[in-house]
Order: sequence, then C-alpha cells, then structure tokens
Amino acid sequence: MLLFTASRALRAALTILFVMTFAFVVLRLSGDPALLIMSVDAPPEAIKAFREAWGLERPIWEQYLSYIGHAFTGDFGKSMRDGRPAIDLVMERVPATLAITLPALALKVGLGIPAGVYAALHRNSFADRMTMAVSVAGFTMPSFVLALLLVLLFSVNLGWLPASGADSPTYAILPIITLGASGAAIMARFTRSAMLEVLGQPYIRAASAKGVEWRRVISHHALPNAAIPTVTIIGFMIGSLVAGAVVVESVFAWPGIGRLLVSAVANRDLAVVQAILMVIATWMVLANFTVDMAYGWLDPRVRGTAAAH
Amino acid sequence: MTAPLVEVTGLTVDFERDGRSSRAVDGVDLAIAPGEALGIVGESGSGKSVTWLAALGLLPARARVGGSVRIDKQQLIGAAPKVLEGVRGKRIAMIFQDPSSCLNPVHRIGWQLVEALKLHRGLDGAAAEAATLRLLDQVGIADARRRLGDFPHQLSGGLNQRVMIAMALAGEPDLLIADEPTTALDATIQAQILALLASIRRDTGMALVLISHDLGVVAENVNRVAVMYAGRLVEEAMGQDLFGAARHPYTQGLLAALPTLTGPRRRLAAIPGTVPEPGKAPPGCAFAPRCPLAEPRCQSEPPPVRHVGLMHRAACHLQIDVGVSAWNLPRAAE
Repeated sequence: MLLFTASRALRAALTILFVMTFAFVVLRLSGDPALLIMSVDAPPEAIKAFREAWGLERPIWEQYLSYIGHAFTGDFGKSMRDGRPAIDLVMERVPATLAITLPALALKVGLGIPAGVYAALHRNSFADRMTMAVSVAGFTMPSFVLALLLVLLFSVNLGWLPASGADSPTYAILPIITLGASGAAIMARFTRSAMLEVLGQPYIRAASAKGVEWRRVISHHALPNAAIPTVTIIGFMIGSLVAGAVVVESVFAWPGIGRLLVSAVANRDLAVVQAILMVIATWMVLANFTVDMAYGWLDPRVRGTAAAH
Repeated sequence: MTAPLVEVTGLTVDFERDGRSSRAVDGVDLAIAPGEALGIVGESGSGKSVTWLAALGLLPARARVGGSVRIDKQQLIGAAPKVLEGVRGKRIAMIFQDPSSCLNPVHRIGWQLVEALKLHRGLDGAAAEAATLRLLDQVGIADARRRLGDFPHQLSGGLNQRVMIAMALAGEPDLLIADEPTTALDATIQAQILALLASIRRDTGMALVLISHDLGVVAENVNRVAVMYAGRLVEEAMGQDLFGAARHPYTQGLLAALPTLTGPRRRLAAIPGTVPEPGKAPPGCAFAPRCPLAEPRCQSEPPPVRHVGLMHRAACHLQIDVGVSAWNLPRAAE
C-alpha cells in the first residue's frame, strides 16, 4: 500500500512537471510578450530593456531551467503587469472561484444523484422521461447560453438578481445556478445509467430472492455498487472546481481564477498564466488521487489489486 | 401423493417488449410434495427458470404473469410485496446459476449471511455470528471464521455457491429452488455441490426443485422429473419411468442424445432443428416442427397433457407405446 501511494505520488509530480513544461514552451513559442505589454510602437531600447529585465533574451532552455529551479523554492516568477509574485495573484483569486464552484458542486451532487436514482427506479415512466429530457437540455446547452438566458429572465425581466459583479452574496446566485445546472444534468444521466446497470445484476435479484425488502435492496445492495462509477464523475467535477468556471466567470464578471486566466492570456502575462496552469494541474492531480483512494474504499475488488501493487 | 407443498396451476408468463408480447411460459401445471426432489429439464428458453422466478415475483415489471402458484393455501401470483417478501427465503429459497455474480461484490460474506439470518430468524450480534459459522459449517466450508471477512471475489465459484446455499438455508425454507446451480462450475465441484444439496435435503427434509439443462445432473438427484419445451410441460414422470420409458418424442430425443457407459457404442443422435424463438411457437405442438412423427393436427392443435401411466404425464397427440422410440419408427411424413 505504501509502495502504491509512493508510485502514485511520483506519477502526480511528473504530471505537474509535464504541465509546467508544456505551458512554458507553448507560451514562449506563441508570441513575444514584450511587444504586447510595451505596445508595438515602443522605442526599441525600451523593448530591449524589458526583454533583459525579464530574461527573455536568454536561450529558452536557460529560461526554462531557471523557471523550474525557482519553482522548487516556491517562486513562480512575477507578473509582468504589476510586478507582484504571480502565485500570490493566483491564490488570492481562489476563494472567489471556490465561492461559486463549491455550491455548484453541491447542487450537481445534491440534485443530480437523487434525480438519476429516481429516474432509474421509475424507468420509462413519465417522470423518468421528463428527468432525462431536462437533463439532455441541461448538458447540451453551452454554459454561456444558459448564463445569458438566466440573466435575461432574473436580471432583465424580473429584476430579482444582479447580472454581473461580485458586490454581495446575491451576485453569486446566477453563476452557481449556471454551473450547477449542467453538472446536475450530467450527474443525473450518469447516476441513472449506473443504477440501471446495477439493477440488472444477478445479485440484485438474488437479494430479492433472499427475502430482502425492495427498499433495502435499493439502499443496501444497489446504491453502494452504483456509487462506484458515480465517483468517477464526482472526481472529475472536483477536479474542475478551480478551473471549471472560466466561461461563467467571464460572463458574470466574477473575479475568480477563470477571469484572471482570460486576462493573463490576453495580456501575455507569462508568469501568471504559468502559475494558474500549475495550480489547476496540481488540483486536478490531487482530485484524481482522492478518487483513486475513494475507489479503494468503495470497491473491495480494487482494494485487493491496490494492495497487491 | 400427499397434499402438495407447492402447487402451480395454469401458469403463464408473457414478456412485453415494444408493444408486442411473447409467451415464455404457457400453462404449466406442477405440484411438489413436502420433502420431494423434482427435476426440471429443458433447453435454455424453455421457461424452466422463468416459471420459478414468476412464482416468487422476481420477474421484471414488463412480465405479465397469469395462473396460480400456491404454497400451502397462500396464493403467490399477484400477492402483495409484503406477502412475497415473507415467502422468499423463508418458505421458498432460490439459488442461481452464477454464484459469484449473485453475491454482492461490495459486502463481506459474513455481512450477507447475517443479513439473511436477521431477516428470517431475527438474530443479531454474537448469536448471528454463531449461526453464520454453523451455516458455513453445514455447507462444508472449512475455516469458516476467516471466510466471514472475505469478499465474494476472493472466493472460488464453488465456495461462493456454498455460501449461496448457506444463505438459502438461513431461512430454513420448505423448498429450495436450485436454478442450474452447477452450470458455471467445474465438473468435480459440480459433483460436490450436488452431493451437498442431497445431504442437506436428507438432514433438513426440505423439498428441492433442481432446474437443469443436463439430464445427467437431474437423473442422479431427484425423485421426479418434469421436461419443459418452449414454455410448456411436455412430460413428467418418476425418474426411473422417465429415463426407462419416456413417452414424448422430445424426451426420447434428449435421452438418445446421451452417451451410455455400458452396452455397445452407438452414434449419439441429435434432435434436428432448433427451439422456436419465444413468441414464435407454432399454434399446435411447439415440438411439431422437429418431431419425426408430427401429423397435421400436431401443427394446429396444442396437445393436452395426458396421464400415460402411474404418475406419468405427457403432452403428445400420439400415444407412443412404452418402449417405442419416436426416433426409430418409420417417418410418418415420408
């Protein structure tokens, strides 16, 4: 088990390193930040001075080694815009993002799982068809479309909720609903099919044949098994807690990581983009790791193989 | 025959799919006496399992079940869920073909056994554990205490079937339905499981319905045999009568397909053709298209089940004499 955890940790570290390298190389190949930040008609001396100040004139491998070396000490460079440490800029946006993505996650799980279970238990009923129709609408609609529809309804027509900004908790409501709705739809579909798959298994019939009452067959025999594939989706959603709100944050002018990413990319603020990607990658890797651990806890068959590793 | 423990009368099962319905069980009559062992033989799709799943209300909602199944005086067809839950496991227990997938993969063996004991005997805690160990001992599982903490995937198929049997015994049922209990197991394990079922029956006096597609499995383990074909009962007799003096061409065909250990070597005969698909059985005798003796009325009129001897029934228009095989007679059609 210790070996298993250690190998997972090593793989996690390699994944993060790979993301950092990739981001570094691509950002440097895709244009010169000096021209953008200084503007094209800045005097050549100024541009040269800017490049020297940020080490942009050095060979790329040298820049890379220095970046990785500093990263190990927790220094991810400074923002080219305002000179503050990039990682600080990123971390101070995290709470804002989590303030909408965490409630959205609760909405996805809290609404999606019961809806999916209900639909599976009442397969082909009117309620099942309605749930699935709503869910198709929910996850085929792009989030910016849903966001605009919600704004139209609740802000423009009804005037109940603010359309953009982040001045009070009410500003979070529409972003949360936008994020939660599509996730709940995905969750409902996935839970439904996981549940249907489990309900068709011989052990469900065997449990009934044993005399177990149907409610208990569902709660003690079906749900624990259906939870296993469902955890994959939840893990994926946890993974996107940090980075999953780029579009929604932009639409609602919500000051989270997503909006920072958009502006940093537009401004070619290399250090900030790199820091954001690093944070996202780390979070994803941690989420995956947690899911793997959860599998072991939920599914004794996986536990066996994990121990054997 | 003493008063039957379980009596099946005119049982029908129709499966509805896409607005069309197909008949899987077509008017089956069967009776099982207390403590008796009845074998039910038939190819897959002959309705032998569906008959018993229907009796216990274990079929999916799209199945329409008609007729009657009584245990003592209790009607099971159309009974309330509460009634059925009281019968399942407690009066009629059932074990299935693939034991490893019939045990819940996320629960320990001990947990699953205790669940049954709690349900049927109200046992809990230490009493339940003691009873669990006794059950595992009864089904011949060595090192029972350690097995309680195992998950089904850690045990072999044979062990899992023993666990299933132990679980079925938890309710001290009057009747155990064993639906192809050895089909998924190795031949040696198969013999052990069948011997175990026989010894449990001796010890507890419970009745047994052994469902199998294998005449050999059935022959050694039951008193009476019922043969099913395409959802209907075609022949029913005491074991020795069926194997010695089968009267239905289908049963005779099945027997001719079995090799014998003694006597001269002979070619094993196969029955030509295939079983009709569910819902596509001919209007008359379902076996008529494959029967060497089929006559015009066989195609149009379903044959009634008739007594052809002492406790021997067969559903055939032609009264084939004892000792005559349909497969050796000159072809009627030719």
